[in-house]
Amino acid sequence: MQSLVHRNLHLIQLLKLAKYSKHFPNNLVLTNSPLPTGSTPLGCYKKLIEYYKNGEISFEFVKTFNMDEYVGLPRDHPESYHSFMWNNFFKHVDIRAENAHILDGNAADLQAECSSFEDKIKEAGGIELFVGGIGPDGHIAFNEPGSSLVSRTRVKTLAKDTIMANARFFDGDLSKVPTMALTVGVGTVMDAKEVMVLITGSHKAFALYKAIEEGVNHMWTVSAFQQHPQTIFVCDEDATLELRVKTVKYFQGTAKPHCILRLPSHTIYYQKDLD
Amino acid sequence: MSFFYYWDFMSRGPGSSCIVSLFLGRFWFWEDLWVRDGKILDPEKLFFDEQGFADRRVDCGGSIVAPGFIDVQINGGYGVDFSQPTEDVAAGVSLVAKKVLEHGVTSFCPTLVTSPPAVYHQVLPQVQVHDGGPDGAGVLGFHLEGPFISPEKKGAHPERYLRTFRSGGMEDLTEVYGGLDGVAMVTLAPELPHSQSVVRMLCQKGIAVSLGHSVANLSQAEDAVQHGASFITHLFNAMLPFHHRDPGIVGLLTSDRIPAGRTVFYGMIADGIHTNPAALRIAHRAHPAGLVLVTDAIAAMGLHPGRHPLGQQVIEIQGLHAYVSGTKTLSGSIATMDMCVRHLKQASGCSVEEALEAASLHPAQLLGISQKKGNLDYGADADLVLVDDALRVRTTYISGEEVWRRDA
Repeated sequence: MQSLVHRNLHLIQLLKLAKYSKHFPNNLVLTNSPLPTGSTPLGCYKKLIEYYKNGEISFEFVKTFNMDEYVGLPRDHPESYHSFMWNNFFKHVDIRAENAHILDGNAADLQAECSSFEDKIKEAGGIELFVGGIGPDGHIAFNEPGSSLVSRTRVKTLAKDTIMANARFFDGDLSKVPTMALTVGVGTVMDAKEVMVLITGSHKAFALYKAIEEGVNHMWTVSAFQQHPQTIFVCDEDATLELRVKTVKYFQGTAKPHCILRLPSHTIYYQKDLD
Repeated sequence: MSFFYYWDFMSRGPGSSCIVSLFLGRFWFWEDLWVRDGKILDPEKLFFDEQGFADRRVDCGGSIVAPGFIDVQINGGYGVDFSQPTEDVAAGVSLVAKKVLEHGVTSFCPTLVTSPPAVYHQVLPQVQVHDGGPDGAGVLGFHLEGPFISPEKKGAHPERYLRTFRSGGMEDLTEVYGGLDGVAMVTLAPELPHSQSVVRMLCQKGIAVSLGHSVANLSQAEDAVQHGASFITHLFNAMLPFHHRDPGIVGLLTSDRIPAGRTVFYGMIADGIHTNPAALRIAHRAHPAGLVLVTDAIAAMGLHPGRHPLGQQVIEIQGLHAYVSGTKTLSGSIATMDMCVRHLKQASGCSVEEALEAASLHPAQLLGISQKKGNLDYGADADLVLVDDALRVRTTYISGEEVWRRDA
């Protein structure tokens, strides 16, 4: 696992995605904005759209699988993840509709919907890159504390904290907030070739600490990625506030050579920012 | 905030519908608008339900996109006078329909001033309600301004053809007009005896009733509204002036006797001549949601200065003014709809959206056609006008098809 502490968060995320989109058809798992937890993915999408509009990348052959969706929320509800993805990403780029997969929270048979999602991922050849944020309780997608670390795509009930955090997008009315969601499992994400976790803000700092400085534990499901062969955690400085200084210095020290090794040489912006 | 627009046209092959990406949601933001089969399409549904995408793109280069303008009071133009009985009225209407595309007008109501019954009987049957297209703006129906109006406020209408209601029944109307098919609006003076039953009858037929050329007091006007009247013909002109103890028809703008859920709309000829800008501002501030821009354009609109026929009279053009020949009575304007939009914005200081709505959404609401026209909701007809930041018309579209473009 590599951890990069870097001021310019967006560039790293988007450069990785940009690299993928330009060079070959790709299967991405995309994050909806974990709305209660910030706008990190939004910034990422905006940059991707900018790159697309400049003609530098294309999504024509990219397949995406969103990691979750609320159950029972109408698809065109402004808070559904279908709406979020359409308004913030899909409609601005040239992705093909048949390549954009989002779980259907209104399917008649939710379990079948989940199984067929797993099948679609398999048919697409598996996920190349997973991008997601975490919750303050260390959850990845809607895999709340206590989720099995080998779980697959399934229906999950939402924790009270999550519902309360979401309430502000439903006019503060708790009764309007969905109580269940379909989500990819921890196991599903572990099958991805590469995992990129985005963590910003001091309210995530404790979760980051639990994720990388403590052991693998189902109460902090993102910690499962300690056992993934290729994970990158992208953080800003505030998110590292609960880490040991030694940990932060270690990753900062390895950042430069790591990036030169791993990233394509035309990423000049990145190197400039590093200096 | 400007509203930019980015089109994608899509055609799936011979014989299929064209999906154009256009945008306009709920005013006003950067977006694309999508059109298929002449109607505005919900691209999110297209994406998720049909896995559709756009084939063709039209870059609108930063234009503001608005619903096409609707002119509910236009007497003619370019030498054509709708009230002149000719053998081929339809040709005259078509000529005007084609020319007004340049002003961003995509639908209109050809207006007839007070005329003898013979004229109505000859003219009305020759023109049907029809959609617009590359040949010209759509016709929503006639606006019959008169002859049931007040002699004291006849304006440029010929006095000898004014009428009163004999019984208030259908016979009064059919005797004068002939049939009422293809009529969208009638202007009458509500103080005339028996007018109430006429108002009710017309409203039941789906014809909008407008109050104008009248000396009605506020109470008479309010009664007419109770019976279904919903419009005021060129506010301030040809009616009693506002008086603080009896505001007259003007008082409808702030009346508390309007039935719940209904709006009284009012036409304004915003050419800077028919109404002092200060008066325009008073009306706009008192009741912005009801303001409907009309041109009240006459045959001389689009022509050079000089003398021209209008109805049964002769009109004289002097600059931007049009008078009854030999008098100083205004006889109608020669302003175009886009000029009125610009003038409204400049004189009232209203927002771009408000100025554009006054020429599109409000007239559509007045005529009860706002599901299809006057807005850019999903499912509405793709009648559009692209304007630049100064609100000059760049391109006009009807049913998603380009019908006029300004030469660079």
